[in-house]
Amino acid sequence: MNAPSRRILALWCADMALDRWRLAHGAPESERRARAELDGGPLVLIADTAHGPRIEAANVPARAAGARPGMRLADARTLCPEIATAPSDPAGDLAFLEKLAVWAMRWGPWAAMDAPDGVLVDVTAVPHLFGGEAKLIADVRAAFARRRIALRCAIAPTAGAAWALAHYGADGAILGGGADAEAVLGELPVAALRLDADVVTVLRRLGLKRLGDLTGIGRDAIQRRFRNRKSPAANPLIRLDQILGRIPEPLLPVVPQEMPMVQRRLMEPIRHRALLDTVVGDLAADMARELEGRAEGARRLELGLWRVDGEVLVRRLELAAATRDPAHVCRLFAARLDDVDAGFGIEMLRLRASWAEPLALGQGDFEAAAEAHGISLAACIDRLTVRLGPRAVSRPVPFASHIPERAQRWQPPLVAEPASQGDLAFHARPLKLLDRAEPIAVLYATPDGYPQRFRWRGQVHEVARVEGPERIAPEWWRERGSARLRDYYRIEDEAGRRYWIYRRGLIGDGRGGLPEWYLQGLCA
Amino acid sequence: MSSADPSVLPPGQLASLAAFAAKGAARWRPGLGADGAGALHSEVFASSSEAAGAAAALALALDDWRHAPRGEGAEAEDRRSVLWVQTREAARLTGRPFRAGLPQDVQARLIHVLADKAGDALFALEEGLRCRDLAFVIGEIAGNPRALDFTASRRLSLAAEKHRVPLFLVRLDATADLSAARMRWRVASTASPPPRWNAQAPGAPRWQAELFRARSHAPGEWLLGEGGKGALVAARLPGETDALAGALARGWAAGLRDRTAPQRA
Repeated sequence: MNAPSRRILALWCADMALDRWRLAHGAPESERRARAELDGGPLVLIADTAHGPRIEAANVPARAAGARPGMRLADARTLCPEIATAPSDPAGDLAFLEKLAVWAMRWGPWAAMDAPDGVLVDVTAVPHLFGGEAKLIADVRAAFARRRIALRCAIAPTAGAAWALAHYGADGAILGGGADAEAVLGELPVAALRLDADVVTVLRRLGLKRLGDLTGIGRDAIQRRFRNRKSPAANPLIRLDQILGRIPEPLLPVVPQEMPMVQRRLMEPIRHRALLDTVVGDLAADMARELEGRAEGARRLELGLWRVDGEVLVRRLELAAATRDPAHVCRLFAARLDDVDAGFGIEMLRLRASWAEPLALGQGDFEAAAEAHGISLAACIDRLTVRLGPRAVSRPVPFASHIPERAQRWQPPLVAEPASQGDLAFHARPLKLLDRAEPIAVLYATPDGYPQRFRWRGQVHEVARVEGPERIAPEWWRERGSARLRDYYRIEDEAGRRYWIYRRGLIGDGRGGLPEWYLQGLCA
Repeated sequence: MSSADPSVLPPGQLASLAAFAAKGAARWRPGLGADGAGALHSEVFASSSEAAGAAAALALALDDWRHAPRGEGAEAEDRRSVLWVQTREAARLTGRPFRAGLPQDVQARLIHVLADKAGDALFALEEGLRCRDLAFVIGEIAGNPRALDFTASRRLSLAAEKHRVPLFLVRLDATADLSAARMRWRVASTASPPPRWNAQAPGAPRWQAELFRARSHAPGEWLLGEGGKGALVAARLPGETDALAGALARGWAAGLRDRTAPQRA
């Protein structure tokens, strides 16, 4: 194992949520005033919970006044009534951290997110490019200072040690490969092990406050105490081994995916449809070349039209199967560009493939005629979807249910069919099912005799032949207890028309009054 | 057709016309798809109070599809999909296809299109006919919408014949107005044969189908039903109109051979 030779740089943005909020709200010209205003008074970022607003982050004056993350806002208000609040944005913070991790790849070949507010960068064999590890850390500090993000960082042979030093050690600490890691890290508190809060509490109650204490009392005792804890965050011994590099700790690096994008800036704004079609055709050809280079096909395409007056129009296209055929893409966009208002003209067009799937180069058919003849199914479905809407084209798939209208679901075509149980061959089912079963008035021998005559859509049908009942009980695991059973009859009337009708409920089943009859299906 | 006067044609064309007329007098029968004589654009008129129209259209389509000759380079098993287009009105009246009740061959390959208006449904039908990966296309349109005029049906005919994809258009509660369809049927349910084990139960579906307009066949009436393995079987129903049409067709072909001008009253 080459773990000791690794060098990991841990970055911890201690106040990331607040820094982000400050950057988003403090415009450069009013920066000083905004900062003075912000830093002058206590400020907290809050999230709404079931028990009222809770503090997610607090700035320095708020912390000085007693507000802590995790506290209820009402409690903080009793300590400091003039506290200012702003909503927190955890999703935005995570997205920001993702971008930060990609940006941090300037210091190493890969970087991993360490949610919620840290980044780990592998800087093995990198520091000499910056002139040594101390200069690397100086460079990191300068870069974060330029972005006005508060930072603590450390370099160590393992991710765990770097994290511990960044959070609880001296700022900018460097733990050399040859140094005695146990001695250096032994002074850190046990929270530096990246443990869950309850485990930290347990350790504190056991009187184990520093990492050195853990190694001091003997491994067996701790092992016995935490023998049922398998996850690293709940077992201090696993974390300790990870810190010291005795067992490996895999990290998941971020891999930046850039979506294929092509754009055209136009010298003269275009106002006419014919020109627009030409430019869209050029873009589609560019996109086909771009996608072919990556051996991909687009599933979703976004066309942005920048107007002279600053307005941006976006047309989005979803494709049934991955494709990069420019003619097909052009044709689909042509149907979506009819309602574009060019205003004073369109000066820039940009086409992005925000969802692409692998699509290898295909072998053309030997017979050119076979390819030129007609269009493929995916292209046909694309054309239908663009004109009729995404919900209009679908495919029936079976679903595990006894209730007929629930036993079939509709899903997009070309999506793989879900696995299902085969249906029983002796159940005769109608060819077509009405969207809603229609109530009918039926003459029948009570309580549960065959139907003899019924009225449907104002027409009276004499029942000539009948088969049934097929009893379908309500699905108790899905419906409420008062749901009634159904007795299905397959009938043929005097003219030979075949229907599928059911009686809902029985007389005296205690779940409602007289049973109602419905016509649900039309048999072939 | 009846207003054309064959006596004014040159003699060379008369022989071929006679052959054509003799062919035209030939009866429709199931399994015509084997000769490549299946119609590529058919219309089925039916009432909206039963599923006979869609069921008969599906049976006719499956019959043509099963008998269609396989090309030399074609795959052993035809895996192509089936497109079923409905207007919202048609779906409201007769419901949507139910997977468990469809024929076994169609269950896994059905693609359903729900169109708001008849114009959208016609667009979907035409796009479907252009698609080489479809076995056949079934349409269901209620009433006589303005969009479905002779021009629209002619477009559908041309698209079907160009790309060799059959179209079966079910017309619910519609009057038989002008259309370019090659075969036009009028279908209604009729009493089914009693099943073997329970004579009181409804049996295998059976329809009374009248072919009232066809380009290459004489009109007639049939009892369509299902034989073994879901194959389509047809029994002749000797009706009055049918006999008259047959006699007319025979007389016309015979008259052409004798080169006698038709008599006029």
